[in-house]
Amino acid sequence: MEVTGRNNFKAWLYLLPALLFLGVFMVYPLVDVFIYSFEEGYNSASQSFFGTGIYNYSYVLHDPYFLQALKNTFILVIITVPLSTGIALLISLGLNSIKKLKELFQTIYFLPYVTNTLAVGLVFMILFKKTAYSDGMVNVLINAFGGESVDFIDGPYWAKMMVLCIYTIWIVMPFKVLILTSALASVNPVYYSAAKVDGTSKFRIFYRITLPMISPMIFYLIITGFIGAFKAYSDAVALFGTDLNVAEMNTIVGYVYDMLYGDSGGYPSYASAAAIILFAIVLTITVINLMVSNRTKK
Amino acid sequence: MEVVLKNLTKKFPGRDKKNPVEVIAVNDFDFTIPDGKLVGLLGPSGCGKSTTLNLISGLEKPTSGQIFFGDDDVTKLPPENRGIGLVFQNYALYPHLTVRQNILFPLQNLKGKEKLSKQVMEEKALEAARLVQIEDLMARRPSELSGGQQQRVAIARALVKMPKVLLLDEPLSNLDARLRLQTREEIRRIQNETKITTIFVTHDQEEAMSICDLMIVMKAGVVHQIGKPQDIYDDPKNLFVAKFLGTPAINVFEGEVKNGKIYIGKDGIMDAPKVQDGKVYVGIRPEGFKLAEEGALKLKLSRVEVMGRDVSIIGTKEEAQSKNVRAIISSDNLVDTRKDSVAFDLNPKKVFIFDYDTEERIRF
Repeated sequence: MEVTGRNNFKAWLYLLPALLFLGVFMVYPLVDVFIYSFEEGYNSASQSFFGTGIYNYSYVLHDPYFLQALKNTFILVIITVPLSTGIALLISLGLNSIKKLKELFQTIYFLPYVTNTLAVGLVFMILFKKTAYSDGMVNVLINAFGGESVDFIDGPYWAKMMVLCIYTIWIVMPFKVLILTSALASVNPVYYSAAKVDGTSKFRIFYRITLPMISPMIFYLIITGFIGAFKAYSDAVALFGTDLNVAEMNTIVGYVYDMLYGDSGGYPSYASAAAIILFAIVLTITVINLMVSNRTKK
Repeated sequence: MEVVLKNLTKKFPGRDKKNPVEVIAVNDFDFTIPDGKLVGLLGPSGCGKSTTLNLISGLEKPTSGQIFFGDDDVTKLPPENRGIGLVFQNYALYPHLTVRQNILFPLQNLKGKEKLSKQVMEEKALEAARLVQIEDLMARRPSELSGGQQQRVAIARALVKMPKVLLLDEPLSNLDARLRLQTREEIRRIQNETKITTIFVTHDQEEAMSICDLMIVMKAGVVHQIGKPQDIYDDPKNLFVAKFLGTPAINVFEGEVKNGKIYIGKDGIMDAPKVQDGKVYVGIRPEGFKLAEEGALKLKLSRVEVMGRDVSIIGTKEEAQSKNVRAIISSDNLVDTRKDSVAFDLNPKKVFIFDYDTEERIRF
């Protein structure tokens, strides 16, 4: 089809609303944040700064709070993404192979998705928090098996990290189960019949037939899982309150928030630099993910 | 391997929850499929032929009855222990595996004593690929193959373990007309070379007639006739079988037997001395007509279709079940198309009569 000038004009007109929104709310802030990250001591009230350079990055990368947040975020990502995807796959396989009560179980597994983050945080508090009156459900269990109580909310680092990971996995699970059950259901049953006639073992059917056929969905979940985990913040707040630096449970997004509004707030330049670092990390990981998934497809 | 079905029945529970009506897909099948033959299960859609195949393969469990492979009762064996190869209607090739990997797949499943070395597996896969002439396509994915090539891969995958029985579900239905002709010759050739007992399902009578050693005609879960294709064509047991076989289809008329003579309307077409008087269906194969000035059967002439080798005379008759009556005669005969009617003598071997109520054949 020939693209005339008139047609071109029309096309841009159709795109205008989307472009306007993207420009104002996505592109402009992104460019702005990028500029702030190089302006030292930027003050949003007076719109003034001392000078330009990479000092903001240097400061952030030497800030022990940021390094703690970086470490926390990476641990969270590395533990929760594979575990949540793997467990979701197991649950979906289970759901796919039962006939009775399938819908009931599907609903139960989907409940966390529609539950408010802070409400779930409250439930986890009851499970894990040590108070003057009780040690929490989990500690009662640990005691029953002869172990000693652990303070999961204000106690050692590993205990707090464990609670955060369990919490995150629990929160992200329903969406993954939903996606994977529908992916599994969409595999044509004739392949399973063919495999059965050929005497394929259950494990081999899963590994050689089911898994490759749903692999696009798994890659999708891993990529979005990585991005989601890197952006974690509200989960930590729900469990440990807003003073995350003291709790040693801060995340990168949490650090950015603190730099902007927190007790130590009022440093938009540092916040911008931290945000750009997070952006670079997420971009790198996503590109690697896409490269791996493309190679497997071939 | 001989396949014996004994009183085999398969019922499916009704889908309707309020008023469940059992569906009898296979009703009391009792026949033997001889060793090393190519056998066609033929019937209209929904007659239970695919269910029969699934019962033989073990993918479905029978409600009652038994299945024997040779002397072994395999009724309770799972499909993988029956030693069968199955080609699915849509081939069911694994889309993420190459042709080679698809053919190797069944071999890689072998465990314990049966386990083969890599080299033997590759040799067997290549051998199967050669048999169906796809050895040049081993590195391709199923999506890069034509329908006919996919079909061959599916057959190679089913044959690679040298099954005792090869089962094909509607093997030609997804192919275009030209490929269908070619592929059915292929199936015949492969069966001749391997001598594996082969059972295939089809709704296309021409397909079944052309390549089968033995044909099983069924309808609504009931076997109507078993025999060699030509025998069934020449000697149908009932009206359904007579109508189902043959293109163009048999012409069916409502007729009557009176005083030892068969009448269609006023035309007394043939003597049937031993037959009791009463209403009958008269079936006349299109090739059973002979032009004759003073012939016994008169038709109103509609038109003449010249096909080169032969000529179809299309006429009408009030007593006919279908709108048109088709007679096929050799093109040497000239038909005067200006006339209103045309008369025929009939070849007695091509005329069948059937009881009006039971539709069973009446021999005369």
